[in-house]
Amino acid sequence: MTDTIFALSSGRPPAAIAVIRISGPKARSAGGALAGSLPPPRTAGLRRLRDRHDATLDQALTLFFPGPATATGEDLVELHLHGGRAVVAAIEAELALLPGVRLAEPGEFTRRALSNGRLDLAQAEGLADLLEAETEMQRRAALAMAEGGLSRTVTEWLDALSMASARIEAELDFGDEDDVAQASAFDPASLTPVIEAMVAMLDRPPVERLRDGVVVVLAGPRNAGKSSLFNALLGRPAAIVTDIAGTTRDVLEASVVRDGIPFRLVDTAGLAEETADPIEAIGIERARALLDAADIILWLGDLEDAPPQAVTIGARADERSYRADCYDHVVSIHTPATIDALWSGIASRAARSLGDLSGIVPHRRHRELIGRALVELRHIGGGDLLLDAEHLRIANLALGTILGRDATEAMLDALFGRFCLGK
Amino acid sequence: MKQFDVVVVGGGHAGTEAAAAAARRGARVALISQALAQVGTMSCNPSIGGLGKGHLVREVDALDGLMARAADDAGIHYRMLNRSKGLAVQGPRLQADRRRYRASIHRQLADYPNVTLIEGEATALETQGAVTTGAILADGTRLETRAIVLATGTFLGGKIFRGLDRAAGGRIDERPANLLGEQLRALSLPMGRLKTGTPPRLDGRTIDWARLEPQPSDVDPWRMSPMTNTPRLPQLACAITRTSERTHDVIRRGLATSPLFSGDIEGGGPRYCPSIEDKVHRFGDRDGHQIFLEPEGLDDAWIYPNGISTSLDVETQTAMVRTISGLERAQIVQHGYAVEYDYIDPRSLDHRLALGAIPGVFCAGQLNGTTGYEEAAAQGVVAGLNAAAYACDLEPMIVDRARGYIGVMIDDLVLQGVSEPYRMLTARAEYRLALRADNAETRLSEWAGSLGALTARRQEHVRRRSRMREAARAGDDRTASADIVREVAEDRRYAPYLERQSEEVERMRRDGNIAIFTDGAALRTIPGLSTEMIERLELASPRTLDEASRVRGVTPAAIAALWLHARKRSA
Repeated sequence: MTDTIFALSSGRPPAAIAVIRISGPKARSAGGALAGSLPPPRTAGLRRLRDRHDATLDQALTLFFPGPATATGEDLVELHLHGGRAVVAAIEAELALLPGVRLAEPGEFTRRALSNGRLDLAQAEGLADLLEAETEMQRRAALAMAEGGLSRTVTEWLDALSMASARIEAELDFGDEDDVAQASAFDPASLTPVIEAMVAMLDRPPVERLRDGVVVVLAGPRNAGKSSLFNALLGRPAAIVTDIAGTTRDVLEASVVRDGIPFRLVDTAGLAEETADPIEAIGIERARALLDAADIILWLGDLEDAPPQAVTIGARADERSYRADCYDHVVSIHTPATIDALWSGIASRAARSLGDLSGIVPHRRHRELIGRALVELRHIGGGDLLLDAEHLRIANLALGTILGRDATEAMLDALFGRFCLGK
Repeated sequence: MKQFDVVVVGGGHAGTEAAAAAARRGARVALISQALAQVGTMSCNPSIGGLGKGHLVREVDALDGLMARAADDAGIHYRMLNRSKGLAVQGPRLQADRRRYRASIHRQLADYPNVTLIEGEATALETQGAVTTGAILADGTRLETRAIVLATGTFLGGKIFRGLDRAAGGRIDERPANLLGEQLRALSLPMGRLKTGTPPRLDGRTIDWARLEPQPSDVDPWRMSPMTNTPRLPQLACAITRTSERTHDVIRRGLATSPLFSGDIEGGGPRYCPSIEDKVHRFGDRDGHQIFLEPEGLDDAWIYPNGISTSLDVETQTAMVRTISGLERAQIVQHGYAVEYDYIDPRSLDHRLALGAIPGVFCAGQLNGTTGYEEAAAQGVVAGLNAAAYACDLEPMIVDRARGYIGVMIDDLVLQGVSEPYRMLTARAEYRLALRADNAETRLSEWAGSLGALTARRQEHVRRRSRMREAARAGDDRTASADIVREVAEDRRYAPYLERQSEEVERMRRDGNIAIFTDGAALRTIPGLSTEMIERLELASPRTLDEASRVRGVTPAAIAALWLHARKRSA
């Protein structure tokens, strides 16, 4: 018998409201044990929740959703409590005393939704992201996934590929029938829109970038003011700042969210041609490697040394004078407006490089499968239909794996719906 | 009292192959047919093979079945379909002389001393407890047996429709098998109705051949079976014509009396072999449909107009034919009709084609929801081999999806069931590049030989050909016959793809080892399975995770739940 599980499904108390969800075959009786009676399905009702000694625990808005048309596919009860720590703890303790009812393990609600066919794999992955989302951008991307954005896109691709398969199969299995001969033959160019859409999807930043942040690397020669700017951008003294050149010998990282975008700010050792300090040498090595991995480079040094695409910074503007039109930004940590302006510049550049993140952001698993399908589709040339069909089959298999569905039936339906076959 | 190991009910393509296959494994076999003279009759079109179907014929032959050699004995027109497209989708197809085909089947069966032909109607299966013990005939004869193969074709509850006329029977002038059908229904086996049909037959002497485009037989002398060494019969040409708008008008006017559109026929017909009235109805925008005029025999004037299967009334059929180019004066010698018949939901069978509900009973052919001689014959072989195994305590013989189209078909049938008569298509096979019509012998014969399913003569043939193949693979083509040289060359051409597929196959076979329980009680203990999933799994009763993944409508989520459960159990 399946256990009935419960968990707090709103944020940590204290809060105005705390929602506890109970899912499983005993959800109804467990809810009833606390609330006395449950309101009719899908209707909110105010109930007094009591413990086994009839002492009142809370007044709660109570809802009952009968399975299988629920988020988990099972009977589901929701208790909307007053969000104090003590209230939540008391209700949880009371539920845990009921036989066959226990606290849910992490991810167990989603697991049940997946097992009960309420979500496909891609949606479940999106939901998991949603629960982990910390920034607005992460939330939007995860929501798009959980609502089936990727599933819909991949389904559209599969439909297009089914049609291509159907054409090839019609030519292979029924090529001698005039119906098929009349229909236009398979044209590999018909796959171009799908291929382009797949390439565009792969060009989107991976979800890991959203989770871990856009990498902003501060680079430049020693003593250029990198660490000071690092601290100013963070708004706290994370790096040790001295007048001694080469103070920062290793790489320093800090995470920060601006405009709903997560950033990883990286302060690096000053780039020097030579150093006698072996630790600084390693730091410089790492700094160079980081320049390659950076999404955005803030360059605090001579303009002619700036890496391509770098944002050039005229730092310590209070001490030095710059020709403003030669630099992207001229900043001083003592003038907050210049730091804010730099931040807006970084944020808009990040938004540009991340693209439209209200859309779907593929996971590594998705990227691999889409990439595998893409390789196959690019091999299709219209020469040997048999091999084209084989490449299509593997591509379909890979895309089907994203959703976990079989593409053969869809192809046969397309085949028979389109052509009048058979003698 | 007569004692047998295996009793086969039905003498069509499935029944005759089942009887011969069981006999090859050493069983004492009885074949019961209502009319022995009709054993081996081609009741619909006079052709054998085609795309996918030709693969099945070659596989039946590789298992030493009768069909390919009978086809060669009777072939009056050979055509290799898809000749320009790669061996994996080339479909050997031939037109057979009906009489010579039947004669060849009779002759081949007579070569099996352990097959007894019995004329009569099987009316009941006899069981003791859960074990099959015998078959009862209409005249009261009781045959004692341990295994029964049902291959009743369209005769179980068969009903013929033509216009407003109705008749009982599986073929014109032949009685249906109703008592046996009643017994099966009484056992509450899951059964349903399906429909098939035939076109009117024409007198070839009344066709204006000069006006039509002829289609000659292939010149190169390929044969259906590598065992065949006799010369070809004289070859005839087929011809092509087509329906016209006038034809379609006549059909539309006649629809009022069509049993298809009146709702009289409840059984589903195949999408890929629709009647001409269906085609006109579903594809109203087409101005014509192709018709192949196929001779039915060398010394026989009957012509089979392939493409205008119909159950319209007699007058409409005549008027319709007269609107077709070349057929303006054609005489109809037998009108077309539709047949509706009982079939058993094949999900109640296992991969041996054994009925789960009654141990010892096997089913093959149209009874299982398929269409076509080739599909029937292929199932007949598997049912016969396994009925003999059951009766004589031998190893079962199951062809999996990677070994042959036979395996693809049976796997589809027993796991997915049917919603229309099942026809083989090359598109159904995942491992198509490996499952070619030209390498059926390589894939199946040695395996069959190791399980004692080949005659001594075939064994010798296989040994000789294996030596040729080995030599050809080593680069020595001097001794190999032309078809083997081609086979080896094709293997080389597809080598990288074959390698990739064989990895896939290995993965499938490995996953196939994860056993699952699918009886209802066990399924209900698995968290996360909906009632619908439990029902689907219980009905198809897959034995492994891999099989479960191919059951129609079973969601990936359910597979995940089964997998989690299986893993937990083994931990």
